[in-house]
Amino acid sequence: MTTVTEAGPAAPAGPAHPLDQRRPLGDRSFQILALACGLLVLVILVLIAVSTSQQASSWFTTEGWGIFKNNWNPAANTYGALAFIYGTAITAIIALIMAVPVSVGIALLLTEVVPYRWSRPIVYVVDLLAVVPSVVWGLWGILVFAPWLNTIYAHIGSAVTGIWVLGPLFGPPTSGASFFTCGIILAFMITPIVTSLSREVIATVPAIDKEGAYALGATRLEMIRGAVWPHSQGGVVGAVLLGMGRAMGETIAAALVIGSSPAITSHLFAPGYNMPAVIANEFGEAFGLQRAALMGIGVLLFVITIIVNVIARGVVERSARRKRGT
Amino acid sequence: MQLGRRQQVLTAGAAFVAMALSLAACSSSSSSSSTTTPSTSASSSSSAAALSGTLDGSGSTFQTTFQEAAISAFKSVQPGMTVVYGSGGSGKGRSDLASNVVQYAGSDSPIPSSEASTFKGTVLYFPVVIGPITVSYNLSGLSKPLNLDPKTIAEIFEAKITTWNNAAIAADNPGVTLPSTTITIARRSDSSGTTQNFTKFLVEGAGSAWTLGSASTVNWPAASRGGNGNGGVASIVKSTPGAIGYVDYADAKASGLTFANVKNSSGNYVAPSPASATAAADSVTAAANLTFSAIWASGAQAYPITYQSWVLCYETQSSTNVAAMLKAYIGYLLGPGQQLLPSLGYAPLPSSLDSMATSQLSKIGM
Repeated sequence: MTTVTEAGPAAPAGPAHPLDQRRPLGDRSFQILALACGLLVLVILVLIAVSTSQQASSWFTTEGWGIFKNNWNPAANTYGALAFIYGTAITAIIALIMAVPVSVGIALLLTEVVPYRWSRPIVYVVDLLAVVPSVVWGLWGILVFAPWLNTIYAHIGSAVTGIWVLGPLFGPPTSGASFFTCGIILAFMITPIVTSLSREVIATVPAIDKEGAYALGATRLEMIRGAVWPHSQGGVVGAVLLGMGRAMGETIAAALVIGSSPAITSHLFAPGYNMPAVIANEFGEAFGLQRAALMGIGVLLFVITIIVNVIARGVVERSARRKRGT
Repeated sequence: MQLGRRQQVLTAGAAFVAMALSLAACSSSSSSSSTTTPSTSASSSSSAAALSGTLDGSGSTFQTTFQEAAISAFKSVQPGMTVVYGSGGSGKGRSDLASNVVQYAGSDSPIPSSEASTFKGTVLYFPVVIGPITVSYNLSGLSKPLNLDPKTIAEIFEAKITTWNNAAIAADNPGVTLPSTTITIARRSDSSGTTQNFTKFLVEGAGSAWTLGSASTVNWPAASRGGNGNGGVASIVKSTPGAIGYVDYADAKASGLTFANVKNSSGNYVAPSPASATAAADSVTAAANLTFSAIWASGAQAYPITYQSWVLCYETQSSTNVAAMLKAYIGYLLGPGQQLLPSLGYAPLPSSLDSMATSQLSKIGM
């Protein structure tokens, strides 16, 4: 019995090798091109990291571990960046706490609840939030939103003074331009990203899994927990990470509404500072050690974002492996 | 061949991009290729040869309004030259000049010693503007501007004096009933030469009463409100009763703010104005390279919070054309350009300083 070996359109007529001579030229050159593009991104990233670290090296050598002290004072030529790291962390956390439930909720709403006909206009409106430029958010924030919020903060502040946990968090001093206002505006800015990415990921859940859950008698919530979430958790976490990256790095909006006061305080309604804001505000007039310090803060932001990304991906991978049973 | 939908969109997009690029190329080439410089150019300085080329500058935002007005007025003097001023801050201007990105820089302070090694040659300083920094406030019910002395101002801005009816303010203003409004401090959120010179005044005039030092940004008290740019501080003062802030004279006038009379080193309370600023600059002795500080100047009618700004350029230029263009433009800033200053809210240089700067022009060369 003769067997006919069929060569598929792009299959090599022999043992397969990545860059085998017998592969068609188009295939080979596409592979090389794609590899080059991928490597280019990596190379650019590494070059950015290296060149900013070089510019910041005088700060690292002069201050040593003092870069993590809370003593940013250009007049005294000391540059400890702890207040900014704290501010970035706090504003990002506030933004995520507010934006992620809303965004994932909207995504689930659009895929599971709302009829398809209505989901298109809602998606369009949410994406419009992403179109607003950062500086417009900042200007609106400081001219309109912050003064209005300040009256609310003042009421809350006077109501919770002296109460056990709420007092230090929400008590006076209050200011329109503060950590909390910055967090709210960042939440507005990251909602469209997280929503649209989550929605796309959730939409790829195979209908057969969902129908199977319903067939077993699951309620809608149980179906979402049992069929949708295991499939989409990686993607949703990825979307949240992207949103967090944007929240940590958002510059002009933060610079305008955060209050420009380097301080580590538990009072969320008090003015603060964060890493991108201080770079934007002080770079024009900076020279010498201050300039190196500002570039160093950029390097720190880069490193912190990478670390948080790695940790989050690790957590997702672990939980996905556990769910798969491997 | 009928193009599919996607191919149609791609082709249209590519055609649009090509058209846009070619339009941009055409328009830019017509402005930078200065082939039309008639020898009988309508220049009022009849002895100046017609120059052509581009001059790039960047730096101090304090100078920006002046530079922009001078550049457009200069177009009629030297139509073949294109001058560009990019602003961006004194620090940026100095570093741009050090790396030869620009031919001239605007700076509110002389090159600090830590930066001096980045410059590859001697740098010439040309003072071009003087300007007062006002201490503006928002307090209703007063018939005339308040008098403030440097020590009181220092304590106000350090949040040691918190209400307007404090004894120190009352001592400067006998017979005036001051309201008990809380003082809100308005200051800059971004770094700036204005902050640097205002804090320099406080260091020199208030002595030990001012503990925050002097820099382009300092650690203001937490209760202070930061505004972006002079306009930002002006709008905080304007909208908050009881606010006090330091604002450039030009922006304070434009916003209609009330300014305080500040006590100078001779003991007189002087109001900020172009005249009192020029009086301050008149009484300083400039160093040989024309650096000086008009802050806390002596002189009976000098306004003590006056600051200055220079145009910097290298002494040795790489081409005769650039040297000639620099001489023409900086000469314009020091000459007819000074007439533009009062209407813009600055003060013109005193004539002694102006003539020293003009005679330094001849040093620019190869």
